[in-house]
Amino acid sequence: MATSGGSYSGERPPSVDVDYSADPASGSFFSTEFKKHEDLKQMLDSNKDGLKLEAMKRIIGMVAKGRDASELFPAVVKNVVSANLEVKKLVYVYLVRYAEEQQDLALLSISTFQRALKDPNQLIRACALRVLSSIRVPVIVPIMMLAIKDAVTDMSPYVRKTAAHAIPKLYSLDPEQKEELIQVLEKLLSDKTTLVVGSAVMAFEEVCPERIDLIHKNYRKLCNLLVDVEEWGQVVIINMLTRYARTQFTDPNTGDCAEEKERPFYEDEEVAEEIEGDRRPKAMDPDHRLLLRNTKPLLQSRNAAVVLAVAQLYQHIAPKSEVSLVARALVRLLRSHREVQAVVLTNIASMSTRRKGMFEPYLKSFFVRSCDPTHIKALKLEVLTNLATDTNISVILREFQTYIGSSDKEFVAATIQAIGRCASNIREVTDTCLSGLVSLLSNRDESVVGESVVVIRKLLQSETVGHRDIISHMARLMDNIKIPMARASILWLLGEYCDKVPKIAPDVLRKMAKTFIVEDDIVKLQILTLATKLYLTNPKQTRLLCQYVYNLAKYDTNYDIRDRARLTRALVFPPQGHEDNKLTKHAKKIFLATKPPPLQQSSFKDRDQFQLSTLSHFINARASGYQDLPVFPEEAPDPSVRNVEMPAVLPIETHRDSHQKRSKPQKMKSFYSDESSPEDESDENQSESESESDSDEDTSDSDSEESSSEESESESDEDEVEDKSRSKKRSPSGEKVKKQADTESSGSEDSDSSSSSSSDSSSGSESSSKEGSNESSDEDVKDKKVKNKTVDRSTVPPGGGNRSNLDLLLDLDDSPPAMDTPLLTPSLGGLLTPTPSAQQPQPLPPGASIQPASAKFVPTTKHELLNRISSGGLTVAGRFTRSPHLYSPRMTSVELTFTSNGSEEIRDISVGKKKLAPGMSLHEFAGISVLNPGTTLHGTLGVDFNDTTQPAVFDLLAGGRTFNISINAPVGELITPVAMNENDFNLNQGKLRGMNELSGTVNLSCNLCNAKEITSRLYENANVLQVQSYDDKILRFGGQTASGKALVLLSLTVPEEETDLECTITINCEKMVISSMLLKELQSALKKD
Amino acid sequence: MIHSLFIVNSSGDVFMEKHWKSVIPRSICDYFFDAQRKASNNEDIPPVITTPHHYLISVLRSNLFFIAVCMTEVPPLFVIEFLHRVVDTFEDYFGECTESIIKEHYVVVYELLDEMLDNGFPLATESNILKELIKPPNILRTIANTVTGKSNVSATLPTGQLSNVPWRRSGVKYTNNEAYFDVTEEVDAIIDKSGATVAAEIQGYIDCCVKLSGMPDLTLTFINPRLFDDVSFHPCVRLKRWESERVLSFIPPDGNSRLLSYHIGSQSVVAIPVYIRHNISFRDVGGGRLDITVGPKQTMGRVVEGVILEIPMPKCVLNCNLTVNQGKYTFDPVSKVLRWDLGRIDPAKLPNIRGNISIQSGSPPPESNPPINVQFTITQLAVSGLKVNRLDIYGEKYKPFKGVKYITKAGRFQVRT
Repeated sequence: MATSGGSYSGERPPSVDVDYSADPASGSFFSTEFKKHEDLKQMLDSNKDGLKLEAMKRIIGMVAKGRDASELFPAVVKNVVSANLEVKKLVYVYLVRYAEEQQDLALLSISTFQRALKDPNQLIRACALRVLSSIRVPVIVPIMMLAIKDAVTDMSPYVRKTAAHAIPKLYSLDPEQKEELIQVLEKLLSDKTTLVVGSAVMAFEEVCPERIDLIHKNYRKLCNLLVDVEEWGQVVIINMLTRYARTQFTDPNTGDCAEEKERPFYEDEEVAEEIEGDRRPKAMDPDHRLLLRNTKPLLQSRNAAVVLAVAQLYQHIAPKSEVSLVARALVRLLRSHREVQAVVLTNIASMSTRRKGMFEPYLKSFFVRSCDPTHIKALKLEVLTNLATDTNISVILREFQTYIGSSDKEFVAATIQAIGRCASNIREVTDTCLSGLVSLLSNRDESVVGESVVVIRKLLQSETVGHRDIISHMARLMDNIKIPMARASILWLLGEYCDKVPKIAPDVLRKMAKTFIVEDDIVKLQILTLATKLYLTNPKQTRLLCQYVYNLAKYDTNYDIRDRARLTRALVFPPQGHEDNKLTKHAKKIFLATKPPPLQQSSFKDRDQFQLSTLSHFINARASGYQDLPVFPEEAPDPSVRNVEMPAVLPIETHRDSHQKRSKPQKMKSFYSDESSPEDESDENQSESESESDSDEDTSDSDSEESSSEESESESDEDEVEDKSRSKKRSPSGEKVKKQADTESSGSEDSDSSSSSSSDSSSGSESSSKEGSNESSDEDVKDKKVKNKTVDRSTVPPGGGNRSNLDLLLDLDDSPPAMDTPLLTPSLGGLLTPTPSAQQPQPLPPGASIQPASAKFVPTTKHELLNRISSGGLTVAGRFTRSPHLYSPRMTSVELTFTSNGSEEIRDISVGKKKLAPGMSLHEFAGISVLNPGTTLHGTLGVDFNDTTQPAVFDLLAGGRTFNISINAPVGELITPVAMNENDFNLNQGKLRGMNELSGTVNLSCNLCNAKEITSRLYENANVLQVQSYDDKILRFGGQTASGKALVLLSLTVPEEETDLECTITINCEKMVISSMLLKELQSALKKD
Repeated sequence: MIHSLFIVNSSGDVFMEKHWKSVIPRSICDYFFDAQRKASNNEDIPPVITTPHHYLISVLRSNLFFIAVCMTEVPPLFVIEFLHRVVDTFEDYFGECTESIIKEHYVVVYELLDEMLDNGFPLATESNILKELIKPPNILRTIANTVTGKSNVSATLPTGQLSNVPWRRSGVKYTNNEAYFDVTEEVDAIIDKSGATVAAEIQGYIDCCVKLSGMPDLTLTFINPRLFDDVSFHPCVRLKRWESERVLSFIPPDGNSRLLSYHIGSQSVVAIPVYIRHNISFRDVGGGRLDITVGPKQTMGRVVEGVILEIPMPKCVLNCNLTVNQGKYTFDPVSKVLRWDLGRIDPAKLPNIRGNISIQSGSPPPESNPPINVQFTITQLAVSGLKVNRLDIYGEKYKPFKGVKYITKAGRFQVRT
């Protein structure tokens, strides 16, 4: 160190003991710069905060100006521990800027961040996470991942928001973390805080926009929260939801698009809507409507980006009649900054190519002011031209006329082209425009004349009637016009219509031959064309001229012209010996064929391929990272995926034929009518819960959401109301489904809270099952694979239309036997729903759709428990009702029927001493005080068999006597049915392989020849529910043990032929005793007798 | 989304840069300078410039270019709107946003930029939240900070960030509670040669300056709310009540803010407060003549003040030799703009300007007459007829000072000649 350059060390005061001149090269040459940094370093090393702050400020100044300050890294990074917050923040800023370049040194600061991540102050935690994730050092990827995972479950929404921001950062640093990040993201997406969702969706868009399935469960929540999300988040969410809607809903305009295009504008809007309404094939998905309703108020946002995002959403997914809503808001944006105007006008121009009527009322807002910048003027012209119709054309043309006088020549040229377009699009004004353009030919400004000539050429071409005057007028202009394009246009016109001006054309050619060599390339080519055409029509006069021109062209410097000359000459003047060339014979046809007139249309037409409001749309090129807006699916995917909880899945085929089905509920009704039976109760319960959910919604939902819905209702124009009523009329099923979903979601919330508060068991079982799946890594991998599969499938879920029809059918039944039961008892719910952590709502695990359901079959057979002979007149019979017990979901309900056969009344029937095996419990029935002779009373007993087949033994006290009663439950009754979809079934079956799988074969009895029969027989013997599936080779049934809530998955192969009646039963359940006994029971039930 | 931001002054210096992701060299701005050279003036630079790997999205405010660099698909309006918000914030903090001000406060600017964007995505843009996080500079605080060693940076998260009223600070206290509302209306109009109105619109704003303690809940009612054609609100306004009762109900942001802006479109009849009688003619020899008279039209008895006429003369005009009976005129021979500042219009004696225009000898006279851009203000009048009915305060006990001011201005008011 001391050996640094002599002159340099001489300069330095010897008292400075720390010598930084380690690098001799940086010696005297850079000394001033070097010294400046030196004093900064000293300031940073001092222990005064003021000095440090000053130094940091100066360093930030260097960073801001773009000067290199990386040399100071070691000195700065030390101060990351500074107590002074401002110093700290500035150090953070510095770190983020330079850490990438100085990775090793940056690692020194990591431990500070890790400590700060645990700080009680949320701002500090968030800050630390922000900086930690912004340091682009690959080594710390695992640390970042841990930090993000922690932060996602942080108490503070601000920290969670920061975590959402960190996800794309980590993803860009290490894309391999994608899978893991998606899991984290899933959690964040289910967050209910407005602060977080915007950022979460942003992260979703950056990391995995293709995983649209992650949105299903959050869709309704996002729609409802949208109004309250901060404005930037709104833009991102709306854009994402547009894409979502395009994949999940059907086109609301199917069938009427052709008709719509033909109608030029909207003056008779109401009539149009009526027509449209009648034509509408089916009502919109309520979720589709929800999105449109909830985005509408955002048109009043002060943020132009939000307004435009809503506008594009309406343009892309709303029914045609509603799109015009957005026009007014877009026009309002035109008063904003120049840049905003440019973007909005581009979008309006694009929209107006499709829908004139939408912006026609605002025509005057697009009038050009002389103070507008040129590109704004051009865009306004474009819009005006697009909006031109035969009614407003006079206004527009008058406006155009004033523009031609403008001093902005570029703008004038654009105006002339616009006039040309109007003229060719609207027949009525073609002549007026043409004469107007011709009068412009005498304009003093050359560019105006040039442009007019080009436009006139296009117009004449599409006109069939001769315009001899105009052509000859233009031919005269040839001497004055200098603009090549215009000259070329005139020449071409002369050639094309040379028969109309037989005298002038050869003369012009003569003049042009003289000036050939000085002309522009494009003009030379046209001279050649003119010469050829003239020779073909009038060879006598022009033969020599033509050859002369060819000779000139032959030696031109431009190879295009030489080429063209050679080609045409060979055609027109065939070489010796080839006179009877076929091409030559047809030369006239080749050159003087009638050309199709140029189609003059908006240059914005081809922008349709891009989604409005995107960068790609604006620049009319595919920007990197642009995703095409998907086309509406023909058939809407299953709408139920958006239900927060799955509704009970119905088997496609009911297990009894219709006759039986009808008779059975009635029977049940009569059976229950005398008392408050569980069924009635359930009905009551349900209606209650429904009303409850309604009120719930009112109170719990945020104020503004309520406001938005209400407001949109009040605001909704007639057509919407009409629409609604129509949708009600047409598809009550859709409506019903939604209602059901609503109640269910509220029900599940209820159950969530109750399960978290009361039943520990459920969480226990949940965690235990998780442990089970985590036990072997192999299983884990499998698990993942299966999950991926599920994802794939869920994007194309099975036909929903089918289902809703079925719903409809069942709803019409006056007493639905098995349908909407998940809400029967609040306590029944959330056993498989995740247990929410104390801090924040947890996202649903993949299997969350597994829902307890109600039994498909209720056995009516009673088992005699107490014989009247032994009891002296009292008969007790038991029946498994298969309905969940109110006291605890772990219990199996047993309905006891007490019949007094004696002549005396029996008093005080109640449960006495219980003799139960450990783990079992019993909930007594309500005591019966008096049982009159000859009457029958019921009591419901709840027994928790604890998933064993041990009998529940207890004493029954009746009339002072004690009877020993033992209830033996067949395994089939220890199971409660669960509804799940096929994916979940497969997923869970995948988890329960190996020892948990048991299978056996059985020779079916001959009357069980088809799936229906087997299903119904199975229902009689086991309380399970069929899993809906397309695969009719295998019947799948889902259930869970009543007490332990362990899944029981049953699958049966259906014999293919009637002769071969062998059937394989597979049972997957982690309780092996249950599965083995169930297998035995089923085998005996199904086998040949 | 936004990778980097460059701030460029009118002479083409990049004097500040900030990167939220990996550093992008400032040479990227060369593409912008190319576009600048191609454009005839700064206004004509396209807002989005495509380069091989980046997209430059720029806004022009107070002669500074704010250039955001993006690399992937992003809604352009999102970036533009954000950049404008950045400038608004600077103006809010420093009073104005010029090169020297930004250079002077570069640390605060840098801290602000760091807080407003995280990884290129907006984090906090609400002015009241930012002001709690980073205190706006003022002399008193600077002195106090140097003495006490406190910093300008808050150590706690602003409560607004988590509350559902992010626009309001908590614990606001004023000794004088006051709430002022300015109703400003700008008339945009195009008047044709004969004096007929081609198009006229009103763009209105209600700006408020609310200095009220605590958490007041205000309702503002209008006498004729049906006038509003198309309205956009500050997030604080409860949309539901507006839709049902046409009443503005809100918890006001602290300090200055724009409560709502409205647009009265070209479909409704708009009163035009001034008329201009003009006679401009150019002849082949000896230049041209100009004679303009300005008079009040539909002013509802108010005085039209601050009237300024600007005429961008054709390029061939050399000089103007005019006499005015009121105010004064200037002619800028470089930009060829004739500007007549005539002050207020006295209906008894109408302001007039007349005289000769000299044209470059040899050049043909211009074919069309230049348009006239008009500016004026009328105080105590909202030209649409909008009137505030009353302001009620709920939630707090004190009686605030209340005031409403009406101003009508010319917006883009143009007369074709």
